[in-house]
Amino acid sequence: MNNDNEHKEGQEKISKEKSLNTSINYRQVFDDISSKYTSRRRITNKVVSIVAIVFVIGAIIPLGSILLEVIKNGIAVISIQFLTQPPGSIGSGSGGIGPAIQGTLITVGLASLIGAPIGILSGIYLSEYAPAGSAKGGRERAISFFANTIRLFNDVLTGLPSIVIGIVGYVTIVLAINSFSVWAGAFALSIIMIPIISRVTEETLKLVPNSLREAGYSLGISKSKITLFIVLKNAKDGVLTGVILAISRIAGETAPLIMTILGTSLFFTSLTGPVDALPLRIWRLASQPYESAHAFGWGAALVLILMILILSASLRIIARGRGIKVRTETI
Amino acid sequence: MTSGSVHINTDIKEKVSSFLVGDRKRRKIGDKLFHGLVIGTAAYTLLIIVIVVVSVGLGSAKIFSYEGFIGFVTGTNWNAVEGRESYGALPYIIGTLMSSGIALLIGVPMSIGIAFFLSEMAPSRLSSPLSFVIELLAAVPSIIYGLWALFVFRFLIKDWIETPLYNTLGPYIPFFNQAPFGLDVFTAGIVLAIMIIPIVSSISRDVMRAVPNTQREAAYSLGATRWETARIAVFPYGKSGLLGASILGFGRAVGETMLVTLIIGNAIGPAAIPTTLFSQSQTLSSLIANEFNEASSDLQLSALIGLGAVLLLLTMIINVVARLMVSKMVKVSPGDRE
Amino acid sequence: MSSSSNEEIRRYAPERSNVDDKEVLAPATKQANIKLSIRKVNAWFGKKHAVKDVSLDVKENSVTAFIGPSGCGKTTLLRCINRMHEMTPGGKSDGKVVLDGLNIYDKSSDPAIIKRRIGMVFQKPNPFPTMSIYDNVAAGLKLNGVRDKKLIHDIVEQSLVEAALWEEVKNELHMPGMGLSGGQQQRLCIARALAMQPEILLMDEPTSALDPIASSKIEELVQHLKEHLTIIIVTHNMQQAARVSEYTAFMYIGELIEYDQTKDLFKNPHKELTEKYISGRFG
Repeated sequence: MNNDNEHKEGQEKISKEKSLNTSINYRQVFDDISSKYTSRRRITNKVVSIVAIVFVIGAIIPLGSILLEVIKNGIAVISIQFLTQPPGSIGSGSGGIGPAIQGTLITVGLASLIGAPIGILSGIYLSEYAPAGSAKGGRERAISFFANTIRLFNDVLTGLPSIVIGIVGYVTIVLAINSFSVWAGAFALSIIMIPIISRVTEETLKLVPNSLREAGYSLGISKSKITLFIVLKNAKDGVLTGVILAISRIAGETAPLIMTILGTSLFFTSLTGPVDALPLRIWRLASQPYESAHAFGWGAALVLILMILILSASLRIIARGRGIKVRTETI
Repeated sequence: MTSGSVHINTDIKEKVSSFLVGDRKRRKIGDKLFHGLVIGTAAYTLLIIVIVVVSVGLGSAKIFSYEGFIGFVTGTNWNAVEGRESYGALPYIIGTLMSSGIALLIGVPMSIGIAFFLSEMAPSRLSSPLSFVIELLAAVPSIIYGLWALFVFRFLIKDWIETPLYNTLGPYIPFFNQAPFGLDVFTAGIVLAIMIIPIVSSISRDVMRAVPNTQREAAYSLGATRWETARIAVFPYGKSGLLGASILGFGRAVGETMLVTLIIGNAIGPAAIPTTLFSQSQTLSSLIANEFNEASSDLQLSALIGLGAVLLLLTMIINVVARLMVSKMVKVSPGDRE
Repeated sequence: MSSSSNEEIRRYAPERSNVDDKEVLAPATKQANIKLSIRKVNAWFGKKHAVKDVSLDVKENSVTAFIGPSGCGKTTLLRCINRMHEMTPGGKSDGKVVLDGLNIYDKSSDPAIIKRRIGMVFQKPNPFPTMSIYDNVAAGLKLNGVRDKKLIHDIVEQSLVEAALWEEVKNELHMPGMGLSGGQQQRLCIARALAMQPEILLMDEPTSALDPIASSKIEELVQHLKEHLTIIIVTHNMQQAARVSEYTAFMYIGELIEYDQTKDLFKNPHKELTEKYISGRFG
């Protein structure tokens, strides 16, 4: 460090002395050099800027194409019958995707009933009961270690391939009750939801000003009530966006459903039996060698994308209106 | 001041305090119960991880005892015929790494370019609607990417990219020397790239935005252009964050199932090892999805779960590394705590 | 400050207290007119010793001001009085704070009851954003389990009247509390504290976020409230301390330097530090 400083100082001294003697010369030399390079540098800058813009356009084109194709091909098959009827015999081009819509609603609904409370409560723990401050005592250190472990494991869970989560649903529930079932699907999907909701809840609760908690304490209100009726109530829009985000994420999940709810062409019968779902139906239809099946696939895709876009849009409207920043893409 | 109406109502005071006296135990129990509840739900995450590891472990125990871990990971056969059963994961490991590698090679430079545009070039009037569009891209389910890729994109890529590449480079470089079909490891890689661009570019954008303005100003004050500023001041400062974002995108690509299942060509056994860019192949997850419901024996099912175990291991490593790198850069906002 | 120099300041003012530490501890002892006795209170933030061995008495139905340069520990001392300090991460405190003969740091004392008896108003107005004016005032009662609607209603009205806010808001009780002006919000917070029927009101620089007109309204209010409340106010504004308080404690780097009747402390301070501070030569 010291040596460096001395060295620098020395250099500065030298350059100062030199520049004092021959300051005009140096400036001229610099100007000459820089004018030579300026045009090249400007061109580089232009090229890079253009490339960046091309990349942006390159990312948007697929989105445009996807939306266009889904709408164009999907609208052709959409009808009341398509939305409400069970599929006809394979390749016949009759029937609809009624069971798939119903199954998606049931499975996603059940997953949300399991995942949302657990995710919210675990987010409350991370934000309110295990602040990530500098821990001093042994107990505090243990708490912060526990909380950091949970944060890390939440991240690990978020990164798990959904097909692995499907395997978990299969081994724990399908094998146990010896039947593909809604429960297994909902359990698997809830595993995907929990870390998302937990993280968004933690982040939004942390944004609630501490002065509100203090006001609560100064009135002698118990911590659980402060947390539920003051802190959580203040952050409810943020928490809601987290829940919607998680729902929109699982609504399109396919892989874990293959090994849990299996898919069927019948309407829902029981929670311990197989059920259909939109993404699963799209996959099955796309894999069939019939034009009519592909057309139905586009129709199902349109229904699914509408569901998800409505969820996403409502999420953004809530978030925008309340100034909540949700990093939807990263979770 | 209407102090005239103020009078101490001792009655009220007693009533209020009587609510609190003797209530302490109940309040304490309520607090304790709630505390226990939130700890319990938080610990549920740990339980899930244990369940994941145990169930994948149990499910794959049979195949690992049949083939041995090393044997399974290095084997190339996939034969479910009774009496001649042999299962190896190597072709699918290679297929996974290759398709995800292509996605990384194409997706990361594009993502960083997009992030550069959003963070350094575009005025906020333009960058926030653009960010919105890119977030929408993230909201599209992968099965719909797959559907689009299967029925639309694969013809485009075959006619406009693969065939010209094959015609020009094929005769000279073996890696390009296979008549393209549109359903191959290259197509899968490109569509995976499109799929990971939203994630990688938005984290990269956040990483770049987290670079303090003083860094930029220092570069601008020396007369640097926008690109030079990014190169001198922004990229080096956010290096680990950008690297983390890329690895995270890689992890996404490695774990992706449905889209790959529809477009990678679904080869089996030694044939699934991609020898050229346009080879049909198979990834770990796509084989699981394809065969899970058709598995004819417990051993085959166990082999499929074994593929899941390999995938689990792979993604866990990738994700932990990536998260550690990103969290170094972009910290959770600490809020209003003093 | 060493104990020898304590002779010079009026130790434990208001009166040259003859309350011995031991006597104060005995629950039966209740000094006439002394509402609160602070004895050897120390407070830390992590390793930082923020309040050092402070002892003082507070007279009933009076206004006592804590003054001193920022970082002197006056707010921390205030937060020790209702055990808010231990809520801050890294906050630790010891010593005795005796309220009517009851040490609030005693294990057997109920934090909820202490906070009911000792209310608090904060530096920045902090009404609950999701609640209406009415619910803000009722929050402490409702969340502490009071169900009697009639009682709550009476208390809300009475508290708003006492906080001199009733006339301004009586027709919009169900509007959000955040819609009020800064000064009104602060009076709403005062009403919220008064609803708990406190005996002591702690005010932590209650006017520092307000304009002069709103501030003078609060000062005026303090004068009325002391008729049946004991008020301790932390302020960085010496004129305010001189205007509203009967007793003033001057603190410096965690220590209590001087504590006396306000008029004496400002007219002829015994300590050089105090004199320097009130004449504006530092701080």
